[in-house]
Order: sequence, then structure tokens, then C-alpha cells
Amino acid sequence: MHSIPGRRLIMGLFLIFLLLPIYWLVNMSFKTNAEIVSTMTLWPHAPTLQHYKRIFTDESWYSGYINSLEYVILNTIISISVALPAAYAFSRYRFLGDKHLFFWLLSNRMAPAAVYALPFFNLYSAIGLFDTPWAVALAHCIFNVPLAVWILEGFVSGVPREIDETAFLDGYSFPRFFVRILVPLIASGIGVAAFFCFMFSWVELLLARTLTSVQTKPIAAIMTRTVSAAGMDWGLLAAAGVLTIIPGALVIWFVRNYIARGFALGRV
Amino acid sequence: MDKTINQKAWFLVLPVFLVVAFSAVLPLMTVVNYSMQDTFGNNQFFWNGVGWFKELLDPSTDLGGRFLASLGRNLFFSLVILAIEVPLGIVVALSMPRQGWTVAACLVILALPLLIPWNVVGTIWQIFGRPDIGLLGYVLNAVGIDYNYVSNDVDAWVTVIVMDVWHWTSLVALLCYAGLKSIPEAYYQAAQIDGASRWAVFKAIQLPKMNRVLLIAVLLRFMDSFMIYTEPFVVTGGGPGNSTTFVSIELVKIALGQFDLGKAAALSLVYNLIILIVCWIFYTVMTNAGSDRKPQEGAA
Repeated sequence: MHSIPGRRLIMGLFLIFLLLPIYWLVNMSFKTNAEIVSTMTLWPHAPTLQHYKRIFTDESWYSGYINSLEYVILNTIISISVALPAAYAFSRYRFLGDKHLFFWLLSNRMAPAAVYALPFFNLYSAIGLFDTPWAVALAHCIFNVPLAVWILEGFVSGVPREIDETAFLDGYSFPRFFVRILVPLIASGIGVAAFFCFMFSWVELLLARTLTSVQTKPIAAIMTRTVSAAGMDWGLLAAAGVLTIIPGALVIWFVRNYIARGFALGRV
Repeated sequence: MDKTINQKAWFLVLPVFLVVAFSAVLPLMTVVNYSMQDTFGNNQFFWNGVGWFKELLDPSTDLGGRFLASLGRNLFFSLVILAIEVPLGIVVALSMPRQGWTVAACLVILALPLLIPWNVVGTIWQIFGRPDIGLLGYVLNAVGIDYNYVSNDVDAWVTVIVMDVWHWTSLVALLCYAGLKSIPEAYYQAAQIDGASRWAVFKAIQLPKMNRVLLIAVLLRFMDSFMIYTEPFVVTGGGPGNSTTFVSIELVKIALGQFDLGKAAALSLVYNLIILIVCWIFYTVMTNAGSDRKPQEGAA
């Protein structure tokens, strides 16, 4: 009764549609460049690890992954820690300008990154944060903080208000209540919010590229180097692409049971 | 749930307010400042009033022509991907397996494209669609379809749209799936007793329950496709010609390519304003939908 006729077939076809381009990327990353350019092969006939080896041994390559992870993790920590108290406030209290403030936050989630690229460049250059992970982490807050507030507000609203009241009657101070009782109760919500912050910071390129130059170039920007005078180094590009998929895949695996609720932003 | 009025709650919101104000208000002031001025380099600025805005909205000028053309392309793009992704996402959500390990497997695979950096999404499709080394391009050409996204406008559009469908349909599907999961089993049993058809179940039970998440899905997809930049930029670079140049691509061209700060700033403001208006409609509809729902829940 729940599902439609032929659902296995539809699901199967859709999953194939999703996986085929990814398979092609993985396939290419194990081929030599000669094989890529000369013949059309469905699997690598002369499998090679040369591209991966190059990425893991060349510092200018692997440092890109470290740089990316650095600002993504920084951003996730900042976003969650500022969003938690705000989510509680929005969920429990009514205060002057609350609705306007919530809309204003949300509107920043929707603001195009292209609009902010240049002003961010000026701003972070002026305060000396340009080309540090902090610049990118703070810049990504513009869309991750509103999102985190939005998701966490949904989860906090799911916690019955009686729990707060009982805790306060038991003599818990506000910070103690927050850390000891509320945070453990919405742990899965925090996980989901962190997942989303991680995801949006990890996939964003325009701001990350604009705000870094030498020291902290993200992997996504380094990948553009595979275009050289000798033509494209397709194998290397494919291998670098495959390696950017792995952190995301790992994160999904950890939150797979909460994914559905998280995508509904805690609001189902 | 009644909320208590407590102005001290501002202290809890203050960190968020400061962080977002720092990253949103300050840069936006710079943009407003630039939008009224002209520059000839060397950090010399001249007052230009609303000149850029006039030019922007006048299709006969270069700037206005480019802006309105890219805006039109962008709107068309957003409508097409919504028309494909929303029905497809619903169908995929309805096709989800009910239990067992396949649920987790499907969820993980569905979520996979969402976690790939946007430029890598571009790279994947750039490679996949190439007639010489990509599976899709090779197969299409082998069966006699002349397909080349680098030189043909239509092919470039098809590639960009299929790429977006590949990238984001999962989001719609996962949202709908979350909505479907919240339907109690009793509803289905009642429908079975009444002898309701499959279509009636969808229309009377599943669709209403998905309403709210579908709204989130439609508006998230509209916003994100309206500011799409990285993926088409990597695949087509906005070409061939200008055929896949969307608003963000045009904006970055003007701002970081030509360094025409005044024009770029004016464009940014108008662009932002459009998004703000749509966002406002979204927010109003969402909050109203929320208040409509509450009495029903109480009655049930």
C-alpha cells in the first residue's frame, strides 16, 4: 500500500543513473592517461595507482585536502556553538524582533555566494585574515549558521518544555541545564546540523577559492592545475575527484539513520 | 505551544547575530557603496548615483542586455529543473524499500551526489559527457546522435540540466521520504478497509503529508538553482557563446574578471533583492502552513 508498482525497477534505474557517472570517474582514476585518450574501455585494462601515488606524495596536492578539512571543521564548530543557544531562544521565547531576526537569518542562507565574493575579499584582506582557514570558515558561516539555527530549532522544539521546568526546579543553573540536559537530548539533532554544515562548507568552492591564495588553497582550487600546456592530465583529475568524494561518503555513513529527518530540517 | 515573552533571550541570540552581521552586513555595505560609484582603477572612485541601476534595467545597454538575458536564462533553467526534479523526487521517494538493509543502502547512495564538491560534480559531468573519453558522449555518438556540449547550445543545455537533475533530485526525494515516513500505519489500514485505489491513497494521504516538505524542497531548489555557479561554470564555462551564462556567472565575470566594481555591485543588489522577495514569499507561506496545521493536529 505504501509504494508504487514497479518500485524496485524505478529505484534500481535511478540508482544506476546516480552511480554511473561516479563509476566513470573512479574507472578513469585507475587508468593510465594513454589508455584514457586512446581507447574506450569500460574498466581499466592496465590498472595503475600512479595518480593516487602522486597525490599522496606531492605536498602541494595532499595539503589541499588538509586545508579544506581544516576550514570545514572550524566552520562546523563555530556554526554549531553559536547556533545552539539561538535555536533554544527561538524555540522557547518570544522577544523583540524575533520573527524579523529569523527571516533575516534565513535570507542570508539564500544569498548568492557570487554577491559576497568581492566584498569578502576586501573585508578579510583589511583585517588580515586573508589566506587563512579562518577567513573561509567565517565566510561560510553566512549560510551555515542560519541553516544550523533552523535545523536545531526544529529539534529543540521537539523537547517537551516540562523538562526545562523540572530541571530549573531541581536547581539547575541555565548553563548547567543546557550542557547536562538539553544537549544530550538533542544529540541526534546536533549530529544532523553538523552534517549539514560539513556538507555545505565542503562542497562550496567560489568563496573558498576567492579567500585563499597560497597557504590554504582548498583541494577544489588545486584541481584546476591539472590543465597544463601538455593537455589535460585526466587521470590525475579523476583521482583527485574521487578523493574529494570519500570524506562525504564517510560522513553519510555515520548519519545514515538520521538523514531523512535531517533533510526535512527537523520539521516532520 | 505558547512561548513566554523574555527579552533576555536576546543574549542567547547575540552570538549568532554578531557572526552573521559580521559576514553579511559589513560586506553588503561595501556593495551598496560601490554600486553608486565608478572607478578607473588606482582606487579612485567617482560618484555615479543611480546610473548603474538605470543601465542595469535598460535592455538596450550592454550591461542591461547581459543582465536581463542571463536572468531570463536562469529563470528558464530553474523552472525546467523544478518541473523534472519535483515529480521525479516524489516517484523515487515512493519507490524506497520499506525495511531491511536496503533502506540504508539506498539512503546512502541517494545522498552521495549531495556531498560531492560542486566543482567535482562539474568535473564528473565534463568527463562523462565528452565524446572522446566520456561514456555518455561516446555512447550517444556511437548510436548516431551528434552530441557535443562544447559546441552545440542545445547539447550544453541538456548536459547542464541532466547534471542538475543528477545532483539534486536526491534532495527532493529524501525530503519527501521524510514526509512519507511520518504517516502512521493506521492511515493506510483505514484506506485499505475503504478499498481506496493506489491513486486515491497518494492524493488523499501521501500528498497532503508531503505538502510541507515539498514546499521546503521546491523553494530550496528554486533558490539554489537561481544562484547556480560552479557546476555549469566547470562544464561549459557559460558557453558555447553565452548560452549557459547564468546570473552568478555573469556577475563573477563582471566583478572578478573585468573588475567593474560599480556595475557588479549594482547587479548584486538587484539580484539579492529578487532572491529576498522570493525568500519572503517562501517564509510567509511556510509560517502560515505551520499555523494551519496545528488545529488539525489538535483535532486528530
